[in-house]
Amino acid sequence: MKTATMVKSAAAALAFGAALPIAAARAEDSIYVPLFTYRTGPFAGSGTPIADGMHDYLTMLNERDGGIGGVKLAVDECETGYDTKKGLECYDAVKPKHPVMVNPWSTGITLSLIPKASVDKIPILSMAYGLSASAKGEVFPWVFNPPATYWDGLSEILKYLGGGSMDALKGKTIGYLYFDAGYGREPIPLFQTLSKGIGFNLKLYPVAPANMQNQSSNWLDIRRDKPDFLVMYGWGAMNPTAIKEAVKNEFPMDKFISIWWPNDEDAASAGPGAKGFKMLNWHGTGADYPALADIKKHVIGAGKSQTPNDEIGQVLYNRGVYNSALIAEAIGEAQKITGKKAVTGEDVRRGLENLNLDEARFKALGLAGFAGPLKTTCADHNSHGATFVQQWDGSKWVKISDLIPPDSARVEPLLDEAAKAYAEKNAGWPARTEPCDNK
Amino acid sequence: MFYREAGQFKTTYAADMAIFPIRQDRYGVAAILFAAFVVIPAFGNAFLLNSMMIPFLILSLGAMGLNILTGYTGLLSLGSGAFMGVGAYACYKLDTYFPEVNILVWIIAAGFVSAAVGVVFGLPSLRIKGFYLAVATLAAQFFLDWCFARIPWLVNDNISGAIEAPTRTLFGAPLTGPTATPATRYLVVLTIVAVMAWIASNIVRGRIGRMWMAVRDMDIAAELIGIRLLRAKLLAFAVSSFYIGVAGALMVFLWLGAAEAEAFNINVSFQLLFMIIIGGLGSIAGAFFGAAVLHLMPIGLRALPSALGVPIEAARIEQLTFMSTGILIIAFLIAEPHGLAQLWRTAKQKLRVWPFPY
Repeated sequence: MKTATMVKSAAAALAFGAALPIAAARAEDSIYVPLFTYRTGPFAGSGTPIADGMHDYLTMLNERDGGIGGVKLAVDECETGYDTKKGLECYDAVKPKHPVMVNPWSTGITLSLIPKASVDKIPILSMAYGLSASAKGEVFPWVFNPPATYWDGLSEILKYLGGGSMDALKGKTIGYLYFDAGYGREPIPLFQTLSKGIGFNLKLYPVAPANMQNQSSNWLDIRRDKPDFLVMYGWGAMNPTAIKEAVKNEFPMDKFISIWWPNDEDAASAGPGAKGFKMLNWHGTGADYPALADIKKHVIGAGKSQTPNDEIGQVLYNRGVYNSALIAEAIGEAQKITGKKAVTGEDVRRGLENLNLDEARFKALGLAGFAGPLKTTCADHNSHGATFVQQWDGSKWVKISDLIPPDSARVEPLLDEAAKAYAEKNAGWPARTEPCDNK
Repeated sequence: MFYREAGQFKTTYAADMAIFPIRQDRYGVAAILFAAFVVIPAFGNAFLLNSMMIPFLILSLGAMGLNILTGYTGLLSLGSGAFMGVGAYACYKLDTYFPEVNILVWIIAAGFVSAAVGVVFGLPSLRIKGFYLAVATLAAQFFLDWCFARIPWLVNDNISGAIEAPTRTLFGAPLTGPTATPATRYLVVLTIVAVMAWIASNIVRGRIGRMWMAVRDMDIAAELIGIRLLRAKLLAFAVSSFYIGVAGALMVFLWLGAAEAEAFNINVSFQLLFMIIIGGLGSIAGAFFGAAVLHLMPIGLRALPSALGVPIEAARIEQLTFMSTGILIIAFLIAEPHGLAQLWRTAKQKLRVWPFPY
C-alpha cells in the first residue's frame, strides 16, 4: 500500500512537466485572469491585503453577476514573493493558459516583462507602478500604468509640500528615503531635474532591500541633515520600519510624506507617535461602498476568501479592489468593442486603451465617490490622475487636501524623453502597429 | 548483472584513463545527451525549457565553478553570487559597446573578466583559510554588490538600474531578447554547459586537478612536494570565477532577459554553496544533482498539488514547498553526508557486484 502511494506520487512528480499543458487546456467559456501575488516573505505585509482585494472583487463578480458579460473569470494566483526570478517563472507558467493580462505587482517583474508583452500579445497592467515612461502608448502599446505614474506622484507631493506650487520649495532641503531597487530609483531623475530647476537641496537615503528592517544608518544621516521634508518611496517591511524609526528619532511626522504604498497597519504598528504621518492616495478608504458590501455578502460571507473582516477598507485592500475594477472594466470594454464573449489578450489590450471610468460609471459599479475619473487613450496609457493627501490620525486615515493634479508641464517633457531613450537603448524596439480605437 | 565491466579489456593507456571507462556509462551518457539535445527541445513546452531546464543548466554551471574552488581546492567562497554579477555586467557592457560582435563571444569574454576579478579577490587566500577566507570572499560579495547598485556606468545610466538583454542573433535566429524561442536559448545554453562540463571534468582529473586536491588535503604537504601554492590557488580562483562568470552572463542574456543588482545578492552565493554541499563537494556530477534538488525539486513540489487535483492556495503551496524542500535536504544529507554524488557512486558500486555482493 505504502509502496503503491509512493510510486503514485513519484509518477505524479515525474509527470508534472507533462501535466502542466493539460491543466492549461483552454476553456472557451471562461476568461483566464492570473494574479501575481505575494503572501510570503518580507513583502507579505504589503502584498497580502492587495492580493485579497484583487481576488475578492473578481470572485464577487463571479458570484454576483456570473462573471463579466456572462463569461466566468478563471482567477488564479501565482506566488512571486516579490522576486523577479519567481515572477518570470509564474509568467511562463500562466502563458500557455492564454491570460488576458498580467498584473506583476512588482516594478522589477514589470521591467522584465515589458519587452515580452508585445511578442506574447499579453498586455501588462502595472497599476501606478512599473516604468513611468510606459504611460506613452505610442511607444508602449502593451503596457498600462493608470491612474498615475511615480513621476506624477512625486510632482504631486512636491506641489503639496510647496503649498500648491513647487517654486516655494526654493532653498529648502528635501530628503528622499527610498527602496533601493527599480521602484525607488524610478523618480530620482525627475527629482534631480526639479532640484536643479527649482533650487531645492536633495538628499538621498537609499534603503537596500536586504536592510529594509535595519534603517538605523539612514536615520542617523537624516538626523544629521535635518531635512525640511522627508519623502518616502517604500514597500513591504520598509514602510513600518521607516515610520517606527521616524517616531524613535522624533522626526516631525507632518513633514514626513510617502507615495501611495503604506497601509493602515504600517502606520498603526508605530504606535501613537505615528499620528500626523501623510501619504498620497487616489481612492477611498473604509468599507462604506456597495461593492465592498457585496464582497462581504457574496465572498467572505460565503467562505470563499481568507480575508479577515477588518482588512476590508484598508488602503491596500481597497487598492486591490481598484486594480480588479480596472481589470473588469478592461474586459467589459473589450467585449463591447469586439462583440466577442471570451476575449483574448489582444482584445483586452484594446479594452485597456479605452477605459473611461467617470463618476457615473463608478456609481454603477457600486463604488460611488471611490476615486476620481480615469480615461485612457491610445497615446495616454495612464490618464495622470490627481491624488490627494491623507493623514494618519492614530487610528484611521483622514483626507486633508483637495485633489492635486500632477505638474504636467514639468513631467510630460521628461516622460517623452524617457520613452524615447528606452526605445533607443533597446535597439530594434518595435514601432507601434496596433490599431487605435479612439483616434 | 548488466552493469559490470567484465569482458571490457583496455589495451591502451588512453582507454584506461577515459572519462567513462565502462561501456554502460558511455551508453548512459549518450542517452542523457540524446534526451537533452533532441527529446527535450522537441517535446518540451515553453515552461519546461524556460523555467526549468535553462535555469537548471545555468545554476549547474555556477555550482560547477564553485565546486572547483570549494570542492576541489578546499577554498570556501561566499562571493559566487557577485562573480556571477561580474560576468553579467561585463557581458552587458561589452555587448553594448560592440553590438556587432556575436553575443556568444562576449559571454565567454565575460568569463575572463570575472576570472580576473576572481584572482584579485583570491589573493587573501594565500594567507587565510577556512572560515576566515569565507569572510574575505563575503567582503567581495558586498563590495561588488555595492558596485552594481551604485555605479551608473555599469548599467549605461539606465534609470531603473537594471541591465536589459537586447535582441541578438545567432545564424540569423534571435538568441537573446523577447523574440528568441525557448528552444534556441536552451540548445545554446546546453551546448555551452556540456562543453564546459567536459572541460572541467578533464581539468580535475589531470595534473591541475591533482594539484588542487593536494592543496585541499594539506597545503603544507602540497608545498613540500613542489606545488606552488600561489599559482595553484589563484588558478583555482580564476577557473572557478570563469565558470561562474559565464553562468552569470548566461543568466541575464539567455534566462532572465533583464536583471537588477538584487539578482546577484548573497542569497545566490548561498544557493550555489548549498547546491554543491547537497550535490557533493568535489564532483562535477554533484553540481548537476545539487542544482536539480534546489531548483527543479521545488518546482515539482509546487506543481504537485494541482497535478493531483488538491485545491490549495498559491501562498500555502509556497510555504509547503519551502518546508518540504528543507526536510528533503536534511533527509538527503542524513542518508549521505557526502552529498548525492557519493550516493550515486555507492549505487554504481553496488550495481557492479549485483546480484552477488561480496
